[in-house]
Amino acid sequence: MLAGVLLLIFLPPLVAKDLCKDSQDGFKVRLSIKTALGEEAYDWNESEMFLFRSTLAYAMRKETKNDTYDITNILVCNDTPRVSFMFVVTSPGQPDQLIPKEQVEKAVRENKHRINNAFLLSDMTLEFLGIPPTLSAPIIYDTEPWLIVFGVVIGAVAVGIVALLMSTVSKKRRAKEKAAGLSEEDEGIVKENGTALSSFGGKEGAYNQAFSNDDRFTKL
Amino acid sequence: MKLQLPNPGLEDRILSHDELERLEVEEAGDRPKWDNKAQYMLTCVGFCVGLGNVWRFPYLCQSHGGGAFMIPFLILLVLEGIPLLHLEFAIGQRLRKGSVGVWRTINPYMLGVGIASLCVSFLVSLYYNTIIAWVLWYFFNSFQEPLPWSQCPINANRTGLVSECERSSPVDYFWYRETLNTSAAIEETGGLQWGMILCLISAWGVLYVCCIRGIETTGKAVYVTSTLPYVVLTIFLIRGLTLKGSVDGIKFLFTPDLNELANPTTWLDAGAQVFYSFSLAFGGLISFSSYNSVHNNCEQDAVIISIINAFTSIYAATVIYTIIGFRATERFDDCLSGNILTLLNTFDLPEGNITLDNYHEALQSLNTTNPDIISSLALKTCDLNSFLSEGVEGTGLAFIVFTEAITKMPLSPLWSVLFFIMLFCLGLSSMFGNIEGVLVPLQDLKVFPKSWSKEVISGVTCLVCCLFGLIFVQGSGNYWLALFDNFAGSIPLLIIAFSEMIGVVYVYGIDRFNEDLIFMIGHKPNIFWQATWRFISPLIMLAIFIFYFSTIVTKEIFYIAWDPESENFPTLEKKPYPSWIYVIIFFLAGIPSLSIPGTAVFRAIREFCCKKQPSAPVQEIDCVSYKVHAQVEELKSQKSQKSDQMFYT
Repeated sequence: MLAGVLLLIFLPPLVAKDLCKDSQDGFKVRLSIKTALGEEAYDWNESEMFLFRSTLAYAMRKETKNDTYDITNILVCNDTPRVSFMFVVTSPGQPDQLIPKEQVEKAVRENKHRINNAFLLSDMTLEFLGIPPTLSAPIIYDTEPWLIVFGVVIGAVAVGIVALLMSTVSKKRRAKEKAAGLSEEDEGIVKENGTALSSFGGKEGAYNQAFSNDDRFTKL
Repeated sequence: MKLQLPNPGLEDRILSHDELERLEVEEAGDRPKWDNKAQYMLTCVGFCVGLGNVWRFPYLCQSHGGGAFMIPFLILLVLEGIPLLHLEFAIGQRLRKGSVGVWRTINPYMLGVGIASLCVSFLVSLYYNTIIAWVLWYFFNSFQEPLPWSQCPINANRTGLVSECERSSPVDYFWYRETLNTSAAIEETGGLQWGMILCLISAWGVLYVCCIRGIETTGKAVYVTSTLPYVVLTIFLIRGLTLKGSVDGIKFLFTPDLNELANPTTWLDAGAQVFYSFSLAFGGLISFSSYNSVHNNCEQDAVIISIINAFTSIYAATVIYTIIGFRATERFDDCLSGNILTLLNTFDLPEGNITLDNYHEALQSLNTTNPDIISSLALKTCDLNSFLSEGVEGTGLAFIVFTEAITKMPLSPLWSVLFFIMLFCLGLSSMFGNIEGVLVPLQDLKVFPKSWSKEVISGVTCLVCCLFGLIFVQGSGNYWLALFDNFAGSIPLLIIAFSEMIGVVYVYGIDRFNEDLIFMIGHKPNIFWQATWRFISPLIMLAIFIFYFSTIVTKEIFYIAWDPESENFPTLEKKPYPSWIYVIIFFLAGIPSLSIPGTAVFRAIREFCCKKQPSAPVQEIDCVSYKVHAQVEELKSQKSQKSDQMFYT
């Protein structure tokens, strides 16, 4: 009688351990708390394990939309100082029936973000061996940033070229006007006398009224 | 021993000292001038200090015995670099023409040297500006966080990373696939890459804006392009020294290995580096110094610029190796951490049991207890020295190693922008000299019609170069660039430099040259200059040339290709060149080199043919009306020259 009572008391944990240890539907979990948090690392103890089991129960609830999942459905074994262990999930209705691997995987995948955050860890530091992390979506830009910078540079180059060419054109125009003015004076000097007036060097020299070419007077 | 080759008619071709003095005083020449001495010095420094100082010298230094490499480098700098530099400055300042003009003046049969300089400057401009286009591409892509080369892109069905990237590394993938989109062999053109075309157009556009009116605009641009690299190098030095592992890098760079001095390759590499680093024989330096006043102290300039060039090489090497030391240490730590994690996971030991410090002891103890498990783990061997000596030169340094280091630094986009702006400025200021070496000879050879203004000529030249540069933006462009770099920019320059020395010393005459220098700077160049100009530097040039030539001719030449399908991927694969490439190599190296004797022969044939048919002598009519007519014609031509002057200065 006493043996039977003892058996009844110790059976569930023994059975649970067997379910966990030899199971094909279990996953190995590995946490690297010190790597992730350095100085602020917390110790791994029973309470943390309790949190882990409850987050997994939460994940199963969300996945299967079955509110009967409880912490007792998450069985843990092979706890090592590395902070790595195996776990299995039992069905809420039948405690000796394990939930298949694929379903557990799906539940973990969907809620990995929440599980990570509960432990202040990341995909790298909270590993479920056999469940690769989903990759984040690539950033899609409306316009590639490099095109924007290219546009700015090419715009500046175009403005520079136009400005420099305009200044050259205006310089040429001014020079042409100046040359036209000078060439008229030159022509006058050569036509009249080969050497005399060229030594005056332009506008220098006294202005003699008698030689002014005032048309009004000479016509008369 | 004053050997002087016969050179009839030299006196008629050059301006005498009195004429030069008059030109100087009256400022009657129509040649452009520097606004101030600083512009000239900055332009020459910019031309000499280029990408080679940043990515070739540090590698040579580290691979040839570190600090010991300084010895051959400095010796050859003094014996080879400074004399050649002084020679080019002096001859340009004296004859006041670009490279073609100078050689035509010295002796019409030496026109080939000028043409060879023109060809080499043109070929080098083509591919050098493509490197600047690559720098611009990275610069444009630096304005985002995270940097695009810091992580692998995800493949199409979002199951994992792109396989090519996963097998190599994100920086490799970004360089070979997203930048170059490189084909697997030089025969496969791979099509034009439109992103690169845009960058090439930007590069030529910026160059055009800076060179549009010759040194008038270049002189303003160099205030920025020549000084900014030093500012950025200093910023990187300060940043680098605060990073972990930087001092290891510097120690690795400068630790001397005096045994390397016995190796002839060290001396030859040092000589080649000095030579190429000074951008000699391109014709650009002759042009730049021809815009100086005739009494400018070119001897002092040559010494100052050489010292600045050497100092910049050493400074840049230090900065580069602080960053490389940091990267190597990061890689080493990552390698060790990976091993530690593997050990912790396998033996389920608590974290912190094995750290970087006690890794070796822990590994030893585990090896004694469970040797079979340890051997099955395939732990990586982590050696800091091997990370430090990963072949880091050329584009590999800038676009792979350095960009990787930058991704590991906090505020990466800032460092990336600074680094690529520095490379851009270094490259652009060298391009100014290259383009000068192309434009001025073209003008001297009267290739363009006289009515075309400077802006149009530089525009057309830049456009033509840009179109030719499209070779380098196709899929196989990287291999073409390496080809051009190895053959167009190496052997011909040595031949040209050798011919320059022989031409000035023995054809122009060292006596006349000495007298010119007395006139220009006030004292005769001392025994050091005499010895180096006459014997030492030409001999060194000859030695380097013979070595290079024999290496190229005897060895099987091959190129390294990025081939995702090769067995050793991601290691680059050595592939032999197809046979038709040898024709192209001959054109690249042969045409500039052979134009030196070729032009002489061509000219000789022309002279010989003209002698057979003497032109009828012009008969002068002895009458007044003819004389007056002649006088009027002369005045008219003077007037038209004056008006041209106003348009072109």
